[in-house]
Amino acid sequence: MTPSSSAESLASVPALIAGLEQFGYIASRRIATALYMAVKLQKPILVEGSAGVGKTELALSTAALLGLPLIRMQCYEGLDESKALYEWKYGKQLLYTQILKDRMGASLADAEDMDAAMVRLHGMGDLFFSEPFLEPRPLMKALQEDDGCVLLIDEIDKSDEAFEAFLLEVLSAYQVSIPELGVLKAKTPPIVFLTSNNVRDLGDALKRRCLHLHIPLPDAALEKRIVASRVPGIEANLTSQLVSFVQSLRTLDLRKSPSISETVDWARALILLNADELEPEVVRDSLNVLLKFEQDIVAIEPQIAELIRRPLA
Amino acid sequence: MQTALEDFFRALRAADIRVSPAEAIDAHRTVATVGFAERELLKDALCATLAKTAGEVSLFDDIFETFFDRQAFVVPPQDDPEADPMASLPPEAAESELARLLMAGDASGLAQAMEAAAERAQVSQIRLSTQRSRLTRKLLEEMGLAEIEQIIANARRLEGEGASTAAARLETARKALTDEAGAYVNRQHELYAAGSGRALREDLLARKALNADGGIDPVDLAMMQALVKRMAKRLADRYSRRRNVAWTGHLDVRRTLRKSMGYGGMPFDIVFKTKRVDKPSIVAICDVSKSVAAAAQFLLTFLYSLNEVVDRMEAFAFSGRMISVNALLDDHPVETAILEVLKQIGFQQTDYGRSLEDFCEQHLDQLDRHTTVIFLGDARSNYADPRLDLLATIQKRSRALIWLNPEPESYWSQGDSVMNRYERFCHVAKTCNTLGQLERIIEDVLRTYIPH
Repeated sequence: MTPSSSAESLASVPALIAGLEQFGYIASRRIATALYMAVKLQKPILVEGSAGVGKTELALSTAALLGLPLIRMQCYEGLDESKALYEWKYGKQLLYTQILKDRMGASLADAEDMDAAMVRLHGMGDLFFSEPFLEPRPLMKALQEDDGCVLLIDEIDKSDEAFEAFLLEVLSAYQVSIPELGVLKAKTPPIVFLTSNNVRDLGDALKRRCLHLHIPLPDAALEKRIVASRVPGIEANLTSQLVSFVQSLRTLDLRKSPSISETVDWARALILLNADELEPEVVRDSLNVLLKFEQDIVAIEPQIAELIRRPLA
Repeated sequence: MQTALEDFFRALRAADIRVSPAEAIDAHRTVATVGFAERELLKDALCATLAKTAGEVSLFDDIFETFFDRQAFVVPPQDDPEADPMASLPPEAAESELARLLMAGDASGLAQAMEAAAERAQVSQIRLSTQRSRLTRKLLEEMGLAEIEQIIANARRLEGEGASTAAARLETARKALTDEAGAYVNRQHELYAAGSGRALREDLLARKALNADGGIDPVDLAMMQALVKRMAKRLADRYSRRRNVAWTGHLDVRRTLRKSMGYGGMPFDIVFKTKRVDKPSIVAICDVSKSVAAAAQFLLTFLYSLNEVVDRMEAFAFSGRMISVNALLDDHPVETAILEVLKQIGFQQTDYGRSLEDFCEQHLDQLDRHTTVIFLGDARSNYADPRLDLLATIQKRSRALIWLNPEPESYWSQGDSVMNRYERFCHVAKTCNTLGQLERIIEDVLRTYIPH
């Protein structure tokens, strides 16, 4: 996609919806508005919602739409600056000092006294703390992209509070301070997505710096469009049947109710099984695609026939 | 528009949505970007900037709808649009702007006049539901209702068909105006004051005595359950820290040296120290005799809502004998589990000594040096042997022993209470008879200020 057309799709909310649809992402108006505001206000966007509603997919589709590189950082317990921002290639530094040991020894040998050797050593000092020994990690890479990029910080709720605090500078000013090199500032601020599964509540300071977007489970009409766009070649009849089946599953008390990604997977599975319409037999065989807990499957199995017959409310 | 947005922020704050100055600035920038022309666009854009959780999003939607809800005035348009509406009214009516608006049925003009009057009458400062009628009257006065009444009275005195129809018409319009003013004030009350009433009530409930005579009102009970869950959620958020905290900067010399042996003593792999954060594991032992049952119920609800931050949670209940209630709590919701417990062991003569015996015989292996034991009871053992030695064993085996007693401290040595004798074996012994006290004590447990 050329820059001009990416600028076009950012012109208004409907254009953004249409643009995302080209890349197979059916965005509701609220999602598109939040994205639009994020680009206009240059603020990161915090996407919340249960697993599988398309949080990560939104970032991927946005990157594809704008033709920008996507830099992804997966958060996990114990993630720290050295994994997120930059790291000195310690091993390489050590290896080089070992290799250069004799060379350095030789050049220092003819120094008259300790002071002179010291001065000479200072001259070499920054040798091992320069760009070639710097290992950029996702955040730094994102700031170094001169044409901008989409930065996806996935599952921020899994990281520590300390890391969350560290992110504040990056997210509000799009810059980081590196003691050895100085302040690094992005030429073009990246479009930042943070996703959260609500494992823990995020701090107010982080929330304040972000726009907030909660993606709920979709209604039947939207879900049908999503399935149709993600699973090309599926028949309309089967789509509406399986969507209404999933929608009625969501009204039941399950440990994990199926979200969009499960619906899509199930639709694909049904196509592979050559099913033209939902039949109890097929549903029973493929239920494990939709439900991820044994007790959920056990609870639903006797009700399958009834759930298929239930008309879409 | 600045003031409209500021009022909107105030309405959001009244509903417990935090709007900091920085967020207010963002909202202004948002409005500058999207403009006011498209209502839905404005709503979605403001929602993205201001609402920060899923719950706040739905609150925001409601408040936005109420706040920007401007019902059109229902004033019947006049029959002949060309005619001067003021023609048949007495001459002083010509000076009244409001009379002109009412007679012409100018809905948007009336709405504007009401907004302006509301600002003068400071309707948005409403705090209590009892202020509604006074503010409605003040709003109407500001709009100039007195003049209208004067005009109607004068018109009635005038001779002629035209004057009396005009008076009747003005009268109908005046009624509609009064209704609309009432509705307007109601909306303002809903926006700015409904939340503060709820907060006041919750504050009272948090201080309500749990062992009050006659038990807890069922109406309050539901609200208190919700309150307990929210308190627990708040604590869980605060203490759901990670278990392994990277402790950067502290080199683990021993492990680094060990790893460097493979490289001929060159420390290629350096290992930093990490610090383990212990999650508390809790054993709760609750007296479920009549005077303590309510408190026990809330304690269990509280502890079970904390499952994110608590590693392990065992619950026991006793009156005459002690039983484990873990299985019961798995099968029933916490709210009703206590009733099931009462069915099994309720109405026995409370016996602390024998219950402690039961615990020490069957469940002593549940205690280790990580366990915090929370004992809830009034320590009234009906003059039976209190078995202090067993409590001492429990104390020795556990990390901390906390005793919560619903009775105030001055009762602890009176009658058959052996609290002052038990107290010696407890790290902490506190009165706990309200939800507020309960929250504070549990927070202390999570912060593990208790000495080893």
